[in-house]
Amino acid sequence: MEWETVIGLEIHAQLATDSKIFSAASTEYGAAPNSQASAVDLGLPGVLPVLNERVIEMAVLFGLAIGADVARSSVFARKNYFYPDLPKGYQISQFAEPIVTGGKLEIPLVDGGSRTIDVTRAHLEEDAGKSVHENYGNSTGIDLNRAGTPLLEIVSEPQMSSSAQAVAYMRTMHQLVRYLEICDGNMQEGSLRCDANVSIRRAGTTSLGTRTEIKNLNSFRFIEKAIDYEVGRQIDVIENGGDVAQETRLYDADLDETRTMRSKEDAHDYRYFPDPDLLPIQISSEYLEAVAARLPELPQQKRDRFTAQYEISESDAALLCDDLRCANFFEASVRSSDADPRLSVNWIGGDLFAALNRTNLSIEQSPVSAESLGKLLARIADKTVSGKIAKQIFDIMWDTQDEPDDIIAAKGLQQVTDDSAIESFVDQVLNDNPDQIEQYRAGKDKVFGFFVGQVMKLSRGKANPGQVNELLKKRLAS
Amino acid sequence: MSSYPDTVAGIATALANGEFSSVEITRHYLAKIAEFDGLLNSYITICDDRALHDAKMADERRARGEAGPVTGVPYAHKDIFCTKGIRTSCASRMLDNFIAPYDATVSERLNDAGMVLLGKTNMDEFAMGSSNESSYYGPVLNPWKTSAVPGGSSGGSAAAVAARIAPCATATDTGGSIRQPAALCGVSGLKPTYGRVSRYGMIAFASSLDQGGPIATTAEDLALMMNVMATFDAKDSTSIDHPMADHTDSLTKSIKGLRCGVPKQFFNNSLDPDVAKTTRAAISELERLGAICSEIDIPSIELAIPAYYVISSAECSSNLSRYDGVRFGYRCENPIDLEDMYERSRSEGLGSETKRRILIGTYALSSGYYDAYYAKAQQIRRLIRDSFTTALESVDVIVGPTSPSVAFELGQKTDDPVSMYLSDIYTTAVNLAGLPAVSVPAGFVDGLPVGLQVIGNDFEESTLLQVAHQYQNVTDWHTRKPPLGG
Repeated sequence: MEWETVIGLEIHAQLATDSKIFSAASTEYGAAPNSQASAVDLGLPGVLPVLNERVIEMAVLFGLAIGADVARSSVFARKNYFYPDLPKGYQISQFAEPIVTGGKLEIPLVDGGSRTIDVTRAHLEEDAGKSVHENYGNSTGIDLNRAGTPLLEIVSEPQMSSSAQAVAYMRTMHQLVRYLEICDGNMQEGSLRCDANVSIRRAGTTSLGTRTEIKNLNSFRFIEKAIDYEVGRQIDVIENGGDVAQETRLYDADLDETRTMRSKEDAHDYRYFPDPDLLPIQISSEYLEAVAARLPELPQQKRDRFTAQYEISESDAALLCDDLRCANFFEASVRSSDADPRLSVNWIGGDLFAALNRTNLSIEQSPVSAESLGKLLARIADKTVSGKIAKQIFDIMWDTQDEPDDIIAAKGLQQVTDDSAIESFVDQVLNDNPDQIEQYRAGKDKVFGFFVGQVMKLSRGKANPGQVNELLKKRLAS
Repeated sequence: MSSYPDTVAGIATALANGEFSSVEITRHYLAKIAEFDGLLNSYITICDDRALHDAKMADERRARGEAGPVTGVPYAHKDIFCTKGIRTSCASRMLDNFIAPYDATVSERLNDAGMVLLGKTNMDEFAMGSSNESSYYGPVLNPWKTSAVPGGSSGGSAAAVAARIAPCATATDTGGSIRQPAALCGVSGLKPTYGRVSRYGMIAFASSLDQGGPIATTAEDLALMMNVMATFDAKDSTSIDHPMADHTDSLTKSIKGLRCGVPKQFFNNSLDPDVAKTTRAAISELERLGAICSEIDIPSIELAIPAYYVISSAECSSNLSRYDGVRFGYRCENPIDLEDMYERSRSEGLGSETKRRILIGTYALSSGYYDAYYAKAQQIRRLIRDSFTTALESVDVIVGPTSPSVAFELGQKTDDPVSMYLSDIYTTAVNLAGLPAVSVPAGFVDGLPVGLQVIGNDFEESTLLQVAHQYQNVTDWHTRKPPLGG
């Protein structure tokens, strides 16, 4: 029996505001429990929510970026349920009238092609707090620091047909929200996470099977593994004559399995109704235009521009544009150098990435700035130093943050380009190695490399390799 | 001093003239509270020490020449407004141990004005009730007749002002909770336009209807209180930034030519005939003052009670979800698990009327019932609002009774919630429409006070106070004192 998988994702993106969605408390991650919970976040009697207007701008930016309809009027609703880390007994969310409806996201496919996934809606809501079960004996600790953190919940249509597509969708969304600078994308800290709705159906049929919802997946790998496990489980259930139960499941990474968290019978009736404490969000045409004017270049646009403007390959453009900070680093390095942009790509993709990986730093923490790297590449381009010497200089820059020109001057690393000086190195090498000359002349071409190496060694790497080649050839031919 | 003035204006003038100090008048009121409130039960918490401290501060402020119009004047504060460091119980066992860590905007403004907090007044639990019988701290008695209710939910505030054991009090009105107890206790009460007085720190019953306002003996005092209480507040998203004049400015203006609409729907068979007669007499008095009264039609007003009880209960069911025993307030003893803690904390911590409303509201919002109840009630609400705004295009104010009857006996309606709910028949529509309305004493039936309600257009509080003041200039109902009190 052939089975088709149908997947829809509900992504929760934590919006990168300084303060919470309805209070002035800080949203910073990792503070002492309950140190960032104001009276509003605690749901004390009498408190009222006041909307942080930054979240409107962020949601609108997102809507515009995916070509969605941004509602001129959208409404906050209360989602009512009891939970110890839900202070008010309801979550302020959006229900019938979300801020963003419709929209599309193009995702890359493994075969090199791409496809478009429809986004159903995106709405604003507040996060709940956290229940802490460790260290309190039979009791549970409640940390409300996260309560009231702004979230944008992005709901896709059930259109993805494999875990790989779900991951590609998540990656594309991850990239987009960071480009828009509306979410830091830190999945480990839960800034971006998703619930996956998974069902299967017989190949070729169009009606949807019963779905299960896997909650709270916070890494690309977990998304893939959880979906793969769940698809396999559903196939087993059906092929053994059973029915898939509509339920909420939890993915256990340690055991690599999903298991029931809540069955449909336990599902809440959330009793949504418009929150009387908040006015509808009204968006004027002027506001929309102003936000549209601030819409940054999006990943696809940037990749296209990079290949055209810098004449780099599509794969290099994709490598650089995967992360906005990396793309910015590249452009800054090119700006401060008149070297071939491809040299920047090679250095960023090579030495810089290697050094960053080794030291576990992100690109904006790089000890070598884009400008400094650009200056170093300029010295390669103008033949002041060879590529090999440049690597030494790069290492020194990494450790000392000194500028490349200062290092070259201080260490006398300037490339020797004076023909007479190089000639004297060449002459010395040829005089010292008569046997090898014999071999070369006898047709053993490989020996040429030996001569180059010797000359470079003699010049302590500073001789211009092109000139060395040229002079050696001339001498050996005579 | 042998006799003190008992109005805000009178006390303020005397303080300004140095006839007595704030400490002296505060002591006077604390003594009267001690004397009469044991029976009346209008206060839940009496703040002797703080009151005397605040009074001393007010006197010092006056000595520095920094006194405002009401600095040093004592007041009673409905126990629904959060007061930093003082228990704010909302008359519920649930919050019997709750000491607010912050001040409501209204509390803050009263403090800043230099008014002296005498204590927190009794009320129906979470402001749900029309008789003050749902309080965890026991019912408040009507100072005119101790076997009768004072009305609700601001029964403590109304009774304390009527008994002259507070010159004025704060109150809140969700479906009549300022006007109805004011009427039943023979005092004046103003429910401002929705959005005029900040709801921040005012414990929510039904957010889209709740509105704070003052209770006092005279319209002039209401104006002085409104000058302090009303403000735009960025902490309340439903607060409205609308220009506001000094509420005392228009008091002395004649109401000659003022167009008064008398809705025929108000004089229906729910209205006690004697109350109807008294109300008609008050309307005639307005005509003698030059007002032009005419009968008007406000269709759909009969739907107000069911719409009100659906909307207010729906909102209350959600607003009261935070009382779960987790972070503050009452928690049951030795819960065996989370469900048990929720169930018993709420069962034991909340009273039966509150639970009834939560059940009604939960039902009305349930999937499958939402459209039939909540959505329908919201449609009715819009109709009612439209009926009022249409009516107020041809008249300046709408006048009629505040309550269908005078104060009823304690226990008379506690077993019949629908008859209790019907006591709000003339008040709830005004909340649904978001309009301001005032109730002023307009006579007596069987020795019990009758209130005249005057309803105005959005932000027309000053017009209402003008009508009330002009009426009080030619009547003395508001000066009559009940048998119980000082």
